[in-house]
Amino acid sequence: MTHFVNLTLNGLASGAAYAALALSLVIIYQATRLVNFAQPALALISVYTAYTVTQLTGSYWLGFAAALVAGPVAGALVERVVIRPIARASELNAVIVTLGLLLVVQGAVGMVWGNEQHALGYAFSYVGRFSPADAFALASVAAVAGLLFALYRFTPLGLRMRAAAFHPEAARLSGVSVGLMLTVGWGVAAFIGALAGMLAGPPFISPNAFDAVFVFGITAAVVGGLDSPFGALLGGMLMGLAMSYVSGYAGPEVATLAALAVVVLVLSVRPDGILSRPTARKV
Amino acid sequence: MTSPTRERAERAPVPTPTAPTSPAGRWRALPAPLRHLLLAVLALTGVCGLVLVTGDLAALRFAAVGYTLLAIAGLQLLVGGSGQISLGHGAFLMIGAYGMALLVLHQPMLPLAANLAIVVAVSAVAGVAVGTATARLHGPYLAGATLILAVGLPGLAHRYHEFLGGSNGLNIRTAGAPPFLQGIVSTSDWRALVVWTTVLLALTVLATISSGRLGRRMRAVRDDETAAAMSGVPVGSTKVAAFVIASTAGGLAGGLQAYVLGTVTPGSFTLALSLSLIAALVLGGIGSMWGALWAALALVYLEVWASDLAGALDLGRDVENNLPVVFFGVVLILVLRFWPLGIQGLVQRLISRRGSSASAPTP
Amino acid sequence: MRIRRGTTAATSAALTLALLATACTGAGEVAETDAVDLDVAPGVTDDAVVIGSHQPLTGPAAPGYAAVSQGAAAVFDYVNDQGGVNGRRIDYRAEDDAYDPAQTIDVTRELVIEDEIFAMVGGLGTPTHTGVLDYLNDEGVPDVFPSSGALAWNNPEEHPLTYGWQTDYTKEAKIQGEYVAENFAGQSVGYLYQNDDIGVDAQAGLDQYLSEEVVAREHYETEVTDLGSQIAELERSGAEVVVCSCIPAFVALALLEAASIGYEPQWVVSSIGGDTATLQGLLARFTEGSDAEEVPADAFLDGLLITSYLPRVEDTEDEWSQFFIEVHEEYGDGGPLTNTHLFGMTQAVMFAQVLKSAGEDLTRQSLIDALETQEWRGPGLVPFSSSGDDHGGHQGVYVVQYSAGDDIEMVQGPRVTDRSGGPVEEPDFARLSPEELDFHD
Repeated sequence: MTHFVNLTLNGLASGAAYAALALSLVIIYQATRLVNFAQPALALISVYTAYTVTQLTGSYWLGFAAALVAGPVAGALVERVVIRPIARASELNAVIVTLGLLLVVQGAVGMVWGNEQHALGYAFSYVGRFSPADAFALASVAAVAGLLFALYRFTPLGLRMRAAAFHPEAARLSGVSVGLMLTVGWGVAAFIGALAGMLAGPPFISPNAFDAVFVFGITAAVVGGLDSPFGALLGGMLMGLAMSYVSGYAGPEVATLAALAVVVLVLSVRPDGILSRPTARKV
Repeated sequence: MTSPTRERAERAPVPTPTAPTSPAGRWRALPAPLRHLLLAVLALTGVCGLVLVTGDLAALRFAAVGYTLLAIAGLQLLVGGSGQISLGHGAFLMIGAYGMALLVLHQPMLPLAANLAIVVAVSAVAGVAVGTATARLHGPYLAGATLILAVGLPGLAHRYHEFLGGSNGLNIRTAGAPPFLQGIVSTSDWRALVVWTTVLLALTVLATISSGRLGRRMRAVRDDETAAAMSGVPVGSTKVAAFVIASTAGGLAGGLQAYVLGTVTPGSFTLALSLSLIAALVLGGIGSMWGALWAALALVYLEVWASDLAGALDLGRDVENNLPVVFFGVVLILVLRFWPLGIQGLVQRLISRRGSSASAPTP
Repeated sequence: MRIRRGTTAATSAALTLALLATACTGAGEVAETDAVDLDVAPGVTDDAVVIGSHQPLTGPAAPGYAAVSQGAAAVFDYVNDQGGVNGRRIDYRAEDDAYDPAQTIDVTRELVIEDEIFAMVGGLGTPTHTGVLDYLNDEGVPDVFPSSGALAWNNPEEHPLTYGWQTDYTKEAKIQGEYVAENFAGQSVGYLYQNDDIGVDAQAGLDQYLSEEVVAREHYETEVTDLGSQIAELERSGAEVVVCSCIPAFVALALLEAASIGYEPQWVVSSIGGDTATLQGLLARFTEGSDAEEVPADAFLDGLLITSYLPRVEDTEDEWSQFFIEVHEEYGDGGPLTNTHLFGMTQAVMFAQVLKSAGEDLTRQSLIDALETQEWRGPGLVPFSSSGDDHGGHQGVYVVQYSAGDDIEMVQGPRVTDRSGGPVEEPDFARLSPEELDFHD
């Protein structure tokens, strides 16, 4: 029984990182209909910034703050410089360009910081079966989700962002700067992606550190429903738990197969994810 | 190999060309399968010549271009043809490669052609399974499902490591050139020729399918599923058929890779492989099978050139090691930024510009 | 769906031609290859010799292993500055294969065909090197000291040109097993191992001494960095000693995970994972800068038992360690020196030594002859075998215990054994110092 409890706690903690990454993917998907493969690249930029700042100042929290600044700045830059010029060409092209960006950033990080592993600390003590660090992971993701909900629901900026995402033409006519809203959307997504990086990064980071986390983040977003932020959270937790149980009871080598099984099961019942709204879609 | 888009575009308005007089007209009057086969024979002759005048390393890389081309051509038909985005093509290569390795290990007396035929059958079955399971999915959901397929499948090799060899994989030795050719072609040359023969024949079949009724149905489904369904196209089975074609091409490519390299490990069929296949396809040009050729060339040679370049530049260690990855990424971004149709789009534009400037003087 | 007649015709034509193209003999029936000519010297000129290696310089395996080729390159630079070997400078070319066997095959061909290397030295990784083993032997390229402890390298019948290097996983595990059985008698033992040949070979050795005591066998996959359930299971089973056949990153993860649940067994770590310099680099962060300051870095490592066969960077008394530290200061890449660097450095010294004794008239045959008649006297601390019928490389290990403050103590001297049921014995072996060993001009 304790084994089960351990696995559950473990799954929730890793699920938090998947959920955060899934959330950042969903935000960009909602705004631009684009699955952003550059998300782990933005997370990489964030955590390596945090690593350097922490190294220089000796303060974890300064590094943490730097990551949460560097992420959105990089995200907004990417949207303006790389994505916007090609976004109109085709959806697939845009996806592949984000993939190209991932390669560039992974290589560039290797050039600057080397390909060896660096240690990245936890926010709080990691000691304990459900450690303060784990609690912080869950709490921060919950807080960010709450803030996001508030942003979308209660602020004029959120309203404009939603309008720009769902009805760009109408939004433009009513004076919303759709382009600016897109950039803000990328910034918000990259902020959450940076948080995901700070949660999933420790203990060790390297240029390929987020490959696996990212795959499970995408999987979580797909399972939850790409149109639904809450679906992303749910999907992330589901993936975290499923992989923890399977890893614990059947062996770590089948953990990824478990993720595959979850995707097949969920999508065969609900092809648009668990929490997607059944909207008429443009084919 | 042909360029289905271009030829079709020119052929479509004149379905039955009357009294072709020019050589080009006569060429177009031939039935499509025959035309494709003739082109394939021509290409094979060219490759034969190249293989015979170059060394072993070139032969290995030609072979790599060959099987990569086949894998990407299958993907081209799936993504470019039917509009289903698969990020898990590496999974089919893995199935084909392990199939080939297991056959050679456990049934060493079977001839290679039989092995390839079995690999084709097995990967077709895998395609039916995946295609059926994902037929209801669209866009990013299909992409996500196929992505996790490519990441999850290598887990099987670890799970059943006694049978599939775990992370060290399976190692096979296959027969080289037949005795009467010994001394004329080396083993590597022979392998390259076997690969290209198989690849070109498979491409002939792919091109024929693409220009035939199934190809038209696939494009109809891609352009508008609802309209296709209303005009009587069986949408579901067309999508599954596209998956089967892609998986078969992928599996056959994987089988050929195992035959050439002689080693099959889960470490070769990573997420990076699946993603670079689709990235290269878009880079090469998703609209035609020629794009697959540019894609395969880019995948095999860009990294070689980039690492030669990095070695020659005398940079720091970390910069030198990471330069090829960055280079590929930058090429990908720049090409798609300026030529959204990929390299083939650029080539077509150059051809049509030259064609129009050449025809300008004649009134 | 009805298939068009054209498609059918094309398919059948394709099949016929494919059958014609491939001869009808079995694909897996391989003819015997002819003996290779070794009286050649590609890559050798009057003033240089080109050697190659495949190494993971990028990709997921680069973090652990890029240091091997950096170490080797530093020693070769040093040797070249001393005038080279028999008047030839060593041109060491390490090519990146990203730990992908498909790429290993490509870079190995490139090295053999384009660079015309004289020998392959220290090709890294079991899955990667396995894929080029046949090729190197068929082409007559001496395959010296592959960087891996797999048993496959010591097979002179099938691969006469491959000479192993690392103490193989089974020998090392037998000595670990005997040490644990003797010094921790009656205590329960758990295994934590990498789920590939490392795990299989290590258990084969450990079980010869510990089959009664073992209470848990847990494995990890390099793709899954969460060891939560494995460590919890080891603790639940009551294992008081845990033998970890793991690479450094996973030793670090295991130690962190154990610390997080307050589990404190006696850890016994294999040479592949026992690089305390690397472990410190990884674990140091968890003492400073964050709020998680309860567990000091060395407290993770204090008391760690490590098996080893090479000089160690912590052992500043050792003449070879001192030598490597000096070489690293002058020729290294600037980062801290680790035992992983020393791995490549020792390889380089020993290769230079063979090259030296092969004489001025260098051919592949003379290199092989030099290897098979070499009387090895270090820098490794255990006897080394590269004779005609035993290509096993290092023959055993010694045991050190790490204590806080970068200090190691040898708690059991060198022992040697075989890979099957033979006894663990104390060898009679003395090393030469860096000045005495003849490995450069």
